Amino acid sequence: MARTTTGSTTQGSDAELLLRGLFMRGLDGDAAAYHQFLQRLSAHLRAFLGKRLFGWPDEVEDLVQECLLAMHNQRHTYQPDQPLTAWVQAIARYKMIDLLRSKSVREALHDPLEDDLAVFAESDTDASDARRDLAGLLDTLPDRQRLPIVHVKLQGLSVAEAATATGMSESAVKVGIHRGLKALAARIATGKGTS
Amino acid sequence: MKTDDLVALLATDAAPVPRRAASRRIAVALLLSLPVAALIMQVEFGVRRDLVQVMFWPMFWVKVLVPSSIAVAGFVVLQRLARPGVAVRAGWLGLLVPVLLLWGLAMVSYLLAPETRRADMVWGQTWRTCVFNIATISIPIFVAAMLALKGLAPTRPALAGACAGALAGAAAAAVYAFHCIELAAPFLAIWYVAGMAVPMLVGALVGPRLLRW
Repeated sequence: MARTTTGSTTQGSDAELLLRGLFMRGLDGDAAAYHQFLQRLSAHLRAFLGKRLFGWPDEVEDLVQECLLAMHNQRHTYQPDQPLTAWVQAIARYKMIDLLRSKSVREALHDPLEDDLAVFAESDTDASDARRDLAGLLDTLPDRQRLPIVHVKLQGLSVAEAATATGMSESAVKVGIHRGLKALAARIATGKGTS
Repeated sequence: MKTDDLVALLATDAAPVPRRAASRRIAVALLLSLPVAALIMQVEFGVRRDLVQVMFWPMFWVKVLVPSSIAVAGFVVLQRLARPGVAVRAGWLGLLVPVLLLWGLAMVSYLLAPETRRADMVWGQTWRTCVFNIATISIPIFVAAMLALKGLAPTRPALAGACAGALAGAAAAAVYAFHCIELAAPFLAIWYVAGMAVPMLVGALVGPRLLRW
């Protein structure tokens, strides 16, 4: 028991250093570092949430995506004086409780929510498909937000290429993606609030 | 959508992010709303005419500084509540200690006063309007603080709403002190504190609804 705890803590703090470095570069606008951060983060989230949502494997990938979107939209609330683990875990917990509350099965949770800061202790890169398709929600966005996202996501175009394809300016494409991501997160939140 | 696609999409939106956004947003909200609150005080109630003389009385400064220090602590606590995974810790003391000191002062001055004066110290001349007036002045500050919180990530929305309310109420009480004629500590300990508690309760009630993200 003691050995596994030490092992996972060491692994967690190594991951903390690595992820924090990538994230901080991302906050300064380094897209490549940020991309790498998000990839690693999603693997950690998948393992973290997968273990806690043991009974609902279908929900895990949805929640991973929701957490990623929330962390992206709220990344300005991270300050370097704080362990990244604490920030990530607080958001993951918030989103998980939200999900469980909307399913009203909070009491059926296997793990107590007051957990140690172990969100980076494990990772799982094996993504299953998300059940709630974000692409469906995407269709409800206005064109000036939807089109840049569709072009960059589906066609895999760069921002410059998406600008040519849509006839929008590059900064309009960037603004469209930015606002679209905020709107997607808001739609997920209100969708749960009303259901 | 595959998670890898989402990750790639999010990475395209990697514009540099401003630092200390929580403190900055809340500070901007306060800077914009405090003048509005002061304007409401001036237009609805008016600054007391003998303000210059009153400034030499210690109780006037108690009346201004106790709510002010609660407002400062409220700011510190709120910007922590607005950031996921940040503990508030000693910040709570900053909210609590000024109230406790005021209550202590009120108790002492009430017990030391002759019995005939005591009722006056508690009710003053304006107890009927004080709570309502403070709550009214707090409205613009409360709205601004809640709007600032909307763009942040409070994971405990009821608490964050309550703190926004306490901050708004305390700042409003400090503003209202420039109109109010009461100078007895027991009056402040009851009615000023009640005036701050009203927006706090409202914040606790509406927080979970309004601060979802």
